[in-house]
Amino acid sequence: MFEANSLAVIFVALMGFSILLYAILDGFDLGVGILLPLSQKDDSDTMIASIGPFWDANETWLVLAIGLLLIAFPSAHSHIFKELYLPTAVLLISLVLRGVAFDFRAKAAFSHKPTWNKVFKVGSLLAAMSQGYMLGMYVMSFEDSLAAYAFSLLSALGVAAAYAYIGACWLIMKTEGALQVQAVRWAKQAGLICFIGIVAVSAVNPLINPDVFAKWFAWPTTLYILPLPLLCFALFVYSLLELKKLPAINDKGCWRPFVAAVVIFTLCFFGLAFSFFPYIVPGKLTIWETAAAPESLSFLLWGVIIVVPVIFSYTVFSYRVFWGKVRELRYY
Amino acid sequence: MLETLMLSRIQFAANISFHILFPAITIALSWFLFFFKLRFDQTGEPVWMRAYRFWVKIFALTFAIGVVTGITMSFQFGTNWPKFMETVGNIAGPLLGYEVLTAFFLEAGFLGVMLFGIKRVSARVHTLSTLIVAIGTTLSAFWILALNSWMHTPQGHEMRDGVAFPVDWLAIIFNPSFPYRLSHMVIASGLTAAFLIAGISAYRLLKGDDKQAPKLTLKIALTVAMVLTPVQIFLGDLHGLNTLEHQPQKIAAMEGIWHTEKGAPLLLFAIPDEEQRTNHFEIAIPKMASFILTHDFDGEIKGLNEFEGNHPPVAPVFFAFRIMVGIGMLMLTVSWFSRIQLWRDKPLPTWLLRVLVAMSFSGWVATLAGWYVTEIGRQPWLVTGILTVKDAATTIASGNVALSLAMYLTLYAVLMTAYLHTLFTMARRAVEIEEITDDEKVKPVLHTTIQTAIAHSANQSPNTKENDNV
Repeated sequence: MFEANSLAVIFVALMGFSILLYAILDGFDLGVGILLPLSQKDDSDTMIASIGPFWDANETWLVLAIGLLLIAFPSAHSHIFKELYLPTAVLLISLVLRGVAFDFRAKAAFSHKPTWNKVFKVGSLLAAMSQGYMLGMYVMSFEDSLAAYAFSLLSALGVAAAYAYIGACWLIMKTEGALQVQAVRWAKQAGLICFIGIVAVSAVNPLINPDVFAKWFAWPTTLYILPLPLLCFALFVYSLLELKKLPAINDKGCWRPFVAAVVIFTLCFFGLAFSFFPYIVPGKLTIWETAAAPESLSFLLWGVIIVVPVIFSYTVFSYRVFWGKVRELRYY
Repeated sequence: MLETLMLSRIQFAANISFHILFPAITIALSWFLFFFKLRFDQTGEPVWMRAYRFWVKIFALTFAIGVVTGITMSFQFGTNWPKFMETVGNIAGPLLGYEVLTAFFLEAGFLGVMLFGIKRVSARVHTLSTLIVAIGTTLSAFWILALNSWMHTPQGHEMRDGVAFPVDWLAIIFNPSFPYRLSHMVIASGLTAAFLIAGISAYRLLKGDDKQAPKLTLKIALTVAMVLTPVQIFLGDLHGLNTLEHQPQKIAAMEGIWHTEKGAPLLLFAIPDEEQRTNHFEIAIPKMASFILTHDFDGEIKGLNEFEGNHPPVAPVFFAFRIMVGIGMLMLTVSWFSRIQLWRDKPLPTWLLRVLVAMSFSGWVATLAGWYVTEIGRQPWLVTGILTVKDAATTIASGNVALSLAMYLTLYAVLMTAYLHTLFTMARRAVEIEEITDDEKVKPVLHTTIQTAIAHSANQSPNTKENDNV
């Protein structure tokens, strides 16, 4: 039916795709959470309304990504998450806290709302940072060294900034007036930190991993892969120029920074994926060594082929229903 | 300090017990909501929309907790039970995968439209979204129970070098205990949701709510409970017979039967003593266990001694089973008594309303007790005959597991307090406010009817309020 080696490639591609979609989609709603101001009540309601109908579905991509790792590469799953046991626990607890805070803040007694707002913000920040920390440890091959921890902490800040950046761009697109002006400011600040973070990771990654260095600087591959960082740089410049024009008359181009951020996320993801493929545990295990039985993967692949297009169509439907500037979030 | 194995077990039990409480409500609550919305579309009666609105908020909160506490599961399989996926991952993986693909995305994708989209889409599309969410939650139960049942009664696979490989997927999914476990759980969810709706509605009435909606939801919930309790008892009996065939040691522990005997008595109460392999303080009905399990007063039932060293711990299974059955009987009595009372057009007396409030979460207790019976009853196996719990455990340092466990337990205590507090706050708030105000522009199928109804209710004098204004 499907050949074992290509099944592993198909499933790692699917998993990578889910991770990328997760980073973009939950990235913007975690980012909005990180940016949530604790003093101005009205803004916090609008900001949360902008992500209300989506966050749940966005988080499902994480379940799919981790699920695919568990299903298709079970030994890699246990290897990676045993190494990252405590950061994973922090991530999960943060996701739980922020998810429930979203609902409690609107439904609990009115006096508790500021508390749940805080929980939402801190939960979003910790979730983003633990993901960044896990990414850092992964890049550093789970090394038990001071350098690895320092790098991972840097990566934690970088990912939080990246999420805040895409979150701010989302808000620019979904809001108007004073909040939009504020979101433009946020996007500029977070974008700068995000940019520095990407440069740092791109520099450190090949320097500490000889394999990664060899991959990026092997002639003629360099020729094909070099446009990737250059394009990324150009997009940051473009994004900055666009942000300077905002807010514009008739809200012209309010969606451009968000699209730029999505493309930046995608390019960074491909950069990382290119660095490590075909290893799924850096330097230790390849996708072929860890793949599950082909009969199991084939069975699941049929489901993927049929169901994923359907998921796409109703995801698009849901985003279209809530298209345009955010309105007050009501159950009616 | 406890060892990693024990800590992992406690952590997994804590995670999954806490998680199941919320799906146990939402699986069936989504169908209740679909029914409310459908009735509104058909009749245009605002009371249906009011019932929908109050309960959709509780649904949103419950669903959110269910989703986020469920995410922990997909990580723990790998971190705490690595051998589980290494041994049976070829079976478990695709079943979990199908759950995510066909159920999680379906629920999550349409939840936004269901919760916040009522003014943005047509009434039909909104009702359809509610239906799809309900189908999604039920599909999720389908897949996860297929996997769980396979772990109890595995088939359709072959073992190669200690690893399970799928041979026949239909046999794997529709394994012998699956139909019983699925229907038992879905009905358990129905009862959990029904008693929650009845309890919260009774609470609103006790707090002086004279609107129509809580009376209506109380009546519907009690009707559903009245129908489902006998069905559940019947299904439970079938499930038990199925377990007797495939996992006789579990039945022996549930019934507290040590020696194989003909005409075994039904123990209403006892204290099983595993060291002396006997029971203390027995209260029994002679021959009844044999009759229930074999439909013959002198039928033979295998005792625990036949499985010595290879059967589950007796006391937890024995007691959990009695708690589950006890609550089931209580549910049967209360739902029939209350519903008949309503049938005779008598309002429920205060004490009965209080009983219903006290039973708001009786479904949780029964569901958990039932799961403990079946899960502890599978011990020492994780997957019957293939993998023991001990062999599946992780090598992570016990300090790390202790730390994560402490964090989870703290989190759960906070969440449970906040959840219960919020639920009753919402109920009290609903006593004072109207769920529908005049300024809104809902577009039901019967557009004109509701406009008239709202205009009509707006013109009513305060003392006739209770008839139309919910």
